[in-house]
Amino acid sequence: MSIFIDQSTRLVVQGITGRDGSFHAKQMMAYGTKVVAGVTPGKGGQRFEDSVPVFNTVAEAVHETRANTAVIYVPAAVAASAIFEAADAGLELIVCITEGIPVLDMTRVLPFVHERGARLIGPNCPGLISPGKSKVGIIPGNICEPGKIGVVSRSGTLTYEIIHQLSSHGMGQSTCVGIGGDPLIGTNFVHCLTAFEADPETAAIVLIGEIGGTDEQQAADFVRRNVSKPVVGFIAGQTAPPGRRMGHAGAIISGASGTAAEKMQALEQAGIGVMKRPADVVPLLKSARI
Amino acid sequence: MNLHEYQAREILRRHGIPVPPGEVATTPGEARASAQRLGGKVVVKAQVHAGGRGKAGGVKLANSAAEAEAHARAILGMTIKGLTVHKVLIAPAAAIASESYVGIIVDRGSQRPVLMVSPAGGIDIEEVAAKTPEKIHRLAVDPRYGLLSHQALGLGFALYGDVHQARAAADIMQKLYQVVYAVGASLAEINPLATTPEGAVQALDAKIVIDDNEVERRPDIAALRDVTAEAPEEVAAREAGLTFIKLDGNVGCCVNGAGLAMATMDLVKYYGGEPANFLDIGGSSKAQKVVAALRIMTSDPRVKVILFNIFGGITRGDDVANGIVQATHELSLKVPIVIRLTGTNEGEAMEILTKAGFSALTDMDEAVKQAVALAKGKAA
Repeated sequence: MSIFIDQSTRLVVQGITGRDGSFHAKQMMAYGTKVVAGVTPGKGGQRFEDSVPVFNTVAEAVHETRANTAVIYVPAAVAASAIFEAADAGLELIVCITEGIPVLDMTRVLPFVHERGARLIGPNCPGLISPGKSKVGIIPGNICEPGKIGVVSRSGTLTYEIIHQLSSHGMGQSTCVGIGGDPLIGTNFVHCLTAFEADPETAAIVLIGEIGGTDEQQAADFVRRNVSKPVVGFIAGQTAPPGRRMGHAGAIISGASGTAAEKMQALEQAGIGVMKRPADVVPLLKSARI
Repeated sequence: MNLHEYQAREILRRHGIPVPPGEVATTPGEARASAQRLGGKVVVKAQVHAGGRGKAGGVKLANSAAEAEAHARAILGMTIKGLTVHKVLIAPAAAIASESYVGIIVDRGSQRPVLMVSPAGGIDIEEVAAKTPEKIHRLAVDPRYGLLSHQALGLGFALYGDVHQARAAADIMQKLYQVVYAVGASLAEINPLATTPEGAVQALDAKIVIDDNEVERRPDIAALRDVTAEAPEEVAAREAGLTFIKLDGNVGCCVNGAGLAMATMDLVKYYGGEPANFLDIGGSSKAQKVVAALRIMTSDPRVKVILFNIFGGITRGDDVANGIVQATHELSLKVPIVIRLTGTNEGEAMEILTKAGFSALTDMDEAVKQAVALAKGKAA
């Protein structure tokens, strides 16, 4: 098993004819992901790479191809609209790679997606991969190996670094999920921890956080109460200068400053092994007897 | 993107929120003329993107136009938290009966705009929140319906016992909520929301932060950006589509992705070095971005070595490699470059770099160790 995506994933690529969309659609196809449709308004009827049918709308694509998952590579100005469209078309899983979506757009997108029972991953994320089964997004497939470590991360490229460490030491992954670095995201650490805990093929979990907000503290609290599998964690930004202040409101609302030290302490108190650098991931997992 | 107080006040005024008059001055003479028009007894306030202006001496009360001119002379040109003051706001010194706080911020936890109000407003609002959190009233607003009248009025009564004042405050809260969506704000704050001895409710000071992702689609807001109020290298980085934050060390870091950029800085420190900056070249990196990044980093004479750490995903290794090669043609680089590059199009990238005489590593720890050693060698 794995979480969120596997061999049954049937993917529609929104923005399949764009620079990034076409490049990564090819990469996903080469990896073995079932890319069943593409969407670019005005290019309906064409075929991408002489095989994948392109549609004008997501609804048409879903109707014609029984796609169950969407990945979004469209520009930020139209990305919120693309998420609305995917949720309206009844897709179960929507992965939004696009960065730069205004946060106020997301305040409207998230309740809409939630009401339609869809799961959104991202925005501003690298997507996810269940090695050997399916890849949705931009995580380089060649650095991943099938296995039993679940990886969840707020970062993009830092996730690759950790996956690379794992794979080069023979520790394969069940699923790697990049949840995105934006303030408002569809799927958080706790959602992924819940899924990994329930997945029989995941034996241990790697959690990669960064400074800002309190998501890591909530994840730590959830691990202490609900996760029986070993968890190791990394927090990026130990040397970052104190963040730009968001008026008084930022300090009032969280009651926490969101520093790396604060988060590392929360992880430690929850019994999570804390890495000082990415290369520590393997020894820490080994000490947890994985 | 930060707005100045005078810009935020103007936005509130345009949305029908009562704001006392005020004028902006860039010279002591202008300050004097403004003070005369406003009746002589005025406050002179530094317009700078930093908190704690009052405590830094950037806010002064003047009893006459001559005194306003003297204060403006002292404040204009002063530095507050590293930023030079180029403008002052001149506003009438109003008599204040009470000070409340009203703020709206987009909250990660509830994923909604949250309205926060407190009857204990003023400069010590954060202390109030920490010591007496019961004095802060919060409401997560459902963006589908906006701030409803009864919700606003309920919070109005949390501030004022008098029904007229509660209604006035509720009206201001609803208008402030409209401001957030109208200008693309991630924060809008009135502190203090003051009452006059006559009972009028007014916004005396305002702070608005615009979500950087909103600026491109709002040319009217983009026009409010004051580049003289920002650090020059950060302005250059933004214009090139990069995120750059200056630090004190000598290892220049050029990384794709914010998380990896921070982890790289952390690793520089771990191996005994000091990062010179945070620099994220972002996704979809074109070669020209890399050229801009190198230009910005090498403009700091303290930088002894440039460390590239690229793990290709949406960023293609060959784009970055082309950028490095192009930059070495365009700029005369005097510092060594250490390159760590792996991921998408790694093969093509290595070919480009090798042809141009560069060598690149694939291990992050090795690259950071090399960069730290080079920085120390040059520094010694």
